[in-house]
Amino acid sequence: MLNAETKRKLVWGIVLVLAIVHYDFWYWNDTSLVFGFMPVGLFFQALISIAAGLTWALVTRFAWPTWIEEWAAQTDDDDPQQEVGERGDE
Amino acid sequence: MIAAVASLTPLWVVCGYLMVLVLFGLFANRLLKLSSSDYFVASRSIGPFLLLMSIFGTTMTAFALVGSTGKAFDKGVGVYGLMASTSGIVHSAVFFLIGIRLWAIGKRHNYVTQIQFFRARFESNALGYLLFPALVGLVIPYLLIGIVGAGAVIRGVTVNMFPNAFAGAMNPVTHKMMFVGAVPPWLTGLVICGVVLLYIFRGGVRAAAWANACQTIIFMTVGVFAFFLIANKLGGLSEATKKVLENPATRDLAARGRIGHLQFLSYAFVPLSVGMFPHLFQHWLTARSAKTFRTTVVAHPLFIMIVWVPCVLIGIWAAGIDIKAPGGNSNAVLAKMVGTQLRDPFVSGVLTAGILAAIMSSLDSQFVCLGTIFTHDIVIHIAGKHRFTDRQGVTLGRAFIVCIVIVTYVLSLFPPPNIFDLAVWCFSGFASLFPLVFAAVYWRRVTRAGAIASVLVAAASWLVLFYEGLIKPTMAGHHSREDYLVFDMMPVAVMFAASALALVVVSLVTQPPRKEVVDRFFVRKGE
Repeated sequence: MLNAETKRKLVWGIVLVLAIVHYDFWYWNDTSLVFGFMPVGLFFQALISIAAGLTWALVTRFAWPTWIEEWAAQTDDDDPQQEVGERGDE
Repeated sequence: MIAAVASLTPLWVVCGYLMVLVLFGLFANRLLKLSSSDYFVASRSIGPFLLLMSIFGTTMTAFALVGSTGKAFDKGVGVYGLMASTSGIVHSAVFFLIGIRLWAIGKRHNYVTQIQFFRARFESNALGYLLFPALVGLVIPYLLIGIVGAGAVIRGVTVNMFPNAFAGAMNPVTHKMMFVGAVPPWLTGLVICGVVLLYIFRGGVRAAAWANACQTIIFMTVGVFAFFLIANKLGGLSEATKKVLENPATRDLAARGRIGHLQFLSYAFVPLSVGMFPHLFQHWLTARSAKTFRTTVVAHPLFIMIVWVPCVLIGIWAAGIDIKAPGGNSNAVLAKMVGTQLRDPFVSGVLTAGILAAIMSSLDSQFVCLGTIFTHDIVIHIAGKHRFTDRQGVTLGRAFIVCIVIVTYVLSLFPPPNIFDLAVWCFSGFASLFPLVFAAVYWRRVTRAGAIASVLVAAASWLVLFYEGLIKPTMAGHHSREDYLVFDMMPVAVMFAASALALVVVSLVTQPPRKEVVDRFFVRKGE
């Protein structure tokens, strides 16, 4: 059974693989058609888009920063207009 | 021979659609029960569906519909790999890695604009004053893309509607009149800007989010609808592509022969621009919670595919059946395909309204954002929070928006030959600022001087390359359909590298920032 950290690394690995295979030089000059109308280079890139959607679903499932909501909720009540203190642009 | 006067039905459909938006603008206050917090960040209460639709609608502009079709007409199906599939990976990565963190920082410290964050993160007013003109200067070409795109589409579908009112324009290649009787782009630009200004002035960012969501649904539905209607008119999907392959002049459009390998790879830097779009930053802040981002991160690549695949195919089909880009201007290809292939005036009107929906769904967010950053980062920042009432602040913001719209409108009277290329220049400028935002949320050692050096180098390299690559050849009368390349790469690669290098080197040789300041911006587990 994979632990949470391994799953997290694995899903980011899939993102990396996706980014690499996006450079599909093997279809560069290929004009053959898929389903009789779609150039194979375009078809492959459309598959990359579908794979990206699925991969991001995995990322949001296994690599989601669950603690971020809690951090954001700790409002500091800053006044953005006064935030640059006296040290600013010294 | 005098052509018959064309049916006005498409224009009536478009006018009807614009009227709906005007009515929405007039009643936005009542419909959405708006407060002042609603006006700027929609009370940080936008849910997953609305966030997805508003972010997607904002990101997809004339570039995605008019530009992608025109670029595919010139360069072939490789255009999808250049921008669409890359964006599916890079945009979602930026939403996930940058967007969620900026949302958290914005919520915790109560920020409304990007510049407020950078000023506080680097304790620098100067950085804010430097970023303001840089961001506004880059948003202007983005607005220009929308206004020029709308003008090109309406002109394309209204040919021969008003032969006595509009004489058309001279084709610089054939020296014959073209677009005779068509609504001129200057008039379309005026109407589009007026409608968008009306509904965002009344409803602010919440109205923009709702208008974006509705318009996104409309343009996606209409886009798919147009795709099948055009394919049907060309004898079916297979027949339409077969025409491209059988034509020796267009056969290579079904592959990627017209795009270089380094050019393809370096295009991957362009979508990083979403990390620095000021209007997107504002949309991120509207999210109800971090979880709200999940739907956007996952669905964004799929939505891009739904919009881009049909546009790219329509672009190559247009080349395959020998559609001529009027005056070599491929911006008009989509409108020409709609006008020539779809004879039903009502359908043609619906499709045109759909294209305008895509364009306006970006313009609205950009207009709101310009007003917001002017009000918060310049007016209130200089004059103080209590110098103006809320109402006066909003009025000043609106006045600034109107000034920028006037400047953009005047620039739109001298349109670029290719929307796609102008958009890529604009995105390249934002992408060259990406190292700044990435370092701001992930690198504790980045310094104020490093941040300023990065912005200065990004601005200088963009200005030099933009002048060399677009302004100089255009002024010399060269309208090349080729991308301007540096060492066979897109200029964005050079700008990005220069900006990142300046950021790292200057940060390392200057004094590290104060720990207590950095700690306030670093999102950590279990704090």
